[in-house]
Amino acid sequence: MFGLRVLRQCQLAVWAVLALVVTAPAVAGVFNPEVFTLANGMQVVVIPNHRIPAVTHMVWYKIGAADEAAGKSGIAHFLEHLMFKGTENAPGGTFSELVARNGGRENAFTTQDATGYYQSVAVDRLEVMMRLEADRMINLAITEEEVETERGVVLEERRARIDNDPEELLEEQVRAALYLNHPYGRPIIGWEHEIENLSAADARDFYRRYYAPNNAILVVAGDITAAQLRPLAEKYYGVIPAREIPPRIRPQEPVQHAHRRVVLTSAQVRQPAWSRRFLAPSYNAGVSEHAYALEVLAELLGGGTTSRLYRALVVEGRLAAVAGAGYSPDKLDLSSFVLYGRPRPDTDVAALETAMEAEIARLLDHGVGTEEVERAKKRLQAGAVYARDGLQAGARVLGMALATGSTVADVEAWPERIAAVTVDQVNAAARAVLRADHAVTGVLLPEESGPEGRR
Amino acid sequence: MNIPRRGPFARAVLAAVALALVAVAPARAVTIDRVVSPGGIEAWLVEDRTIPIIAVEIAFRGAAALDPAGKEGLAGMVSGLLDEGAGELDSQAFQERLNDLAISLGFDAGLDIFIGSLKTLSENRDQAFELLRLALTAPRFDPDAVERIRSQISAYLERQAEDPGHIAARTWWEAAFPGHPYGRPVNGTTNSVAAITTEDLHAFAARRLARDRLVIAVVGDISADELAPLLDATFGGLPEVAAPAEVAEAAPETTGAVTVVPRDIPQSVVVFGQAGLKRDDPDWYGAYVVNYVLGGGGFSSRFYAELREKRGLAYSVYSYLDPLDHAGLILGGIGTRNDRALESLELIRAEWRRMREDGPTAQELADAKAFLTGSFPLRLDRTDRIAGILVSIQLDDLGIDYLDRRAALIEAVSLEDVRRIAKRLLDPDALTFVVVGRPDAAGAPPGGGS
Repeated sequence: MFGLRVLRQCQLAVWAVLALVVTAPAVAGVFNPEVFTLANGMQVVVIPNHRIPAVTHMVWYKIGAADEAAGKSGIAHFLEHLMFKGTENAPGGTFSELVARNGGRENAFTTQDATGYYQSVAVDRLEVMMRLEADRMINLAITEEEVETERGVVLEERRARIDNDPEELLEEQVRAALYLNHPYGRPIIGWEHEIENLSAADARDFYRRYYAPNNAILVVAGDITAAQLRPLAEKYYGVIPAREIPPRIRPQEPVQHAHRRVVLTSAQVRQPAWSRRFLAPSYNAGVSEHAYALEVLAELLGGGTTSRLYRALVVEGRLAAVAGAGYSPDKLDLSSFVLYGRPRPDTDVAALETAMEAEIARLLDHGVGTEEVERAKKRLQAGAVYARDGLQAGARVLGMALATGSTVADVEAWPERIAAVTVDQVNAAARAVLRADHAVTGVLLPEESGPEGRR
Repeated sequence: MNIPRRGPFARAVLAAVALALVAVAPARAVTIDRVVSPGGIEAWLVEDRTIPIIAVEIAFRGAAALDPAGKEGLAGMVSGLLDEGAGELDSQAFQERLNDLAISLGFDAGLDIFIGSLKTLSENRDQAFELLRLALTAPRFDPDAVERIRSQISAYLERQAEDPGHIAARTWWEAAFPGHPYGRPVNGTTNSVAAITTEDLHAFAARRLARDRLVIAVVGDISADELAPLLDATFGGLPEVAAPAEVAEAAPETTGAVTVVPRDIPQSVVVFGQAGLKRDDPDWYGAYVVNYVLGGGGFSSRFYAELREKRGLAYSVYSYLDPLDHAGLILGGIGTRNDRALESLELIRAEWRRMREDGPTAQELADAKAFLTGSFPLRLDRTDRIAGILVSIQLDDLGIDYLDRRAALIEAVSLEDVRRIAKRLLDPDALTFVVVGRPDAAGAPPGGGS
């Protein structure tokens, strides 16, 4: 949902938190990427965009937090930090110094399924970035001392993102409860006690095992063509030998039988919050034929101020300050579908929950209407046009797709597939997914309310 | 504007690391047109037909700092209500129109500036401008919408009230600007928001949203000829002149104190700062470079090196210049473990002092210039970002050729300049901290931490 939300100041904080669940869907028919593969197996995607003489250069590794060994949670993210610590050719902070001296902006990210590194630079500096990024694909040098210092940084990141924020702590508990067996239940950044024990050897081992050209995707978006990029890609990445990559075998979810309820009470909370997260298929796992219908369902249920939930709970019911839904299907394994809300100051969270459940029941009993489905589809498709603006969105969407088992063709066909979703498919998807026995309810309460609020 | 080129300096840096470069991309310009409508309304336009979308950014000078005493949050509440019903359309009808046409429209109020942002597919251009016109000139402020937005703001304020970053910032600003509008919360308090009446909302729209306070930027799939009549149609109905209003000049009261707001959280969240420079100060560009070296440069500032890279004390530590209309500030922030928070504060103060005494090195100055000139054009990759930059340039009165001159203004800063300006700007004894957390806690507080 690119640019379709009217962000109100009073909702910004909520969107920030829920960005995890309302990440943009894949958009297509618009990026028109050029693709090729190097002899060593590295995939290359070029997204031409000639507005300004600049590029975003991204290298994705098809490895993420969900691929970590038991007891080593956080190593994928920890390694992402250590990738900035240098190589023999570019020791210490040389990497970031060179990026900055070339006017580049850079960062990196770790998700459950993929890890990415990127720089945005003037196109005449692209080759410098490629040389540096290729260098750290094979020559990373990690010292014990750097690991010790960086552990402090990662722990501060965890505190800033999660431990200091009761809402995030609750979200972490909800995900842990939702996945009974699958590693998606572990936080990407890792559990604190396991971060404490990660070693340089763990990082080197993860790096050697998974960082190789045949497990990587190069995405370059901007003022360049495949013909211009290919010789550079061959020169820098093409010379790196392929290596055998262990298959991504992750424990899968068993059949789930019981609803779970997770309540977090904190003195740091004045505004309660409520969510219900349902196990759901993704583009690549579970009953994936429901994925596109679920995107339409999330939009019509919770996409903005005219959605079902906003209308019923915020506008008409006057119970909630915030109400919405979210779903992101670009996962390698089972995803989740979330409904969320925040009561008005004069309302308790139990009333909000009752109203939410009534909306779910109404949806399941009566189904959705043709008109609301058509409207939601139109808004989603418009998002695909907005996503062409700027260099980042296309690189993100295509990189994530390729890292999670989808293809460029899948991404490019996205608007058509959204257009093809029918009312019956939305209803079937809703009935398959919105099941209490596949879900976790998360409740955030102020300390004085007691464990279950005024229920 | 011109793209970053490899000047003599950049070439030297690259040669030093023995890098082969590809052919230089041809220079291309983002061309800004000044469009003046038949009715005399001016907008800056970047026409770009590559994608069928249009972004509009507008700003009115005069916002939350002008809120009446006891009605703090008025500008913010208006910003939440302009798209909640206007003209013949009630709240849901207005929102439906926006949603069905996939138009994004929103408003936001800061201390000095009231902003509107519109983004539309070009096929819905005229309807999008019409909805913007309605929102600005005929907001309804219907009772149900007003009460809903009021309750949403209250909910937001409740949530903010226990957010450590918010507490730190509020405490800092209140102490720095006692009795001045800059010391008040932009979004008000539950009480002040409760006191705002429908008349207040109408009065704000009628008195503040006027053409003499307005700047406009438009970017994307639209020509000057297409835009000119739309400017009259959209903004012609606004009053010509805003009601007179004055915000007093202010100097922040920064005593160098460290104020602790105790909270049982594992990480201390810190805001710090002192007086800085306003945007029209002749030393602005030098101060911009000094700040970049000190704490402004992502992975390459002194703060980053000393606190994160060497000691692992923080994930995020930074500083920035905050030029308000009536005061200048240099502010910063860090999140750092409770048991070493005081050490972190001392390191920040020490870096502040070191920069004041010695200034940046020649290498740091050169690196700062390379980044600040080279990275800026990267911001021009998206229509809404370009529109935002065009609005800022107008608000700061920098001239329509600013994008062409910006690099030279930064390149002109000398080592002598930054040394002098660092001494003028930075006063470690005035650097004032607010710490939210348990900065003395040696052990783990309840709920986590190490």
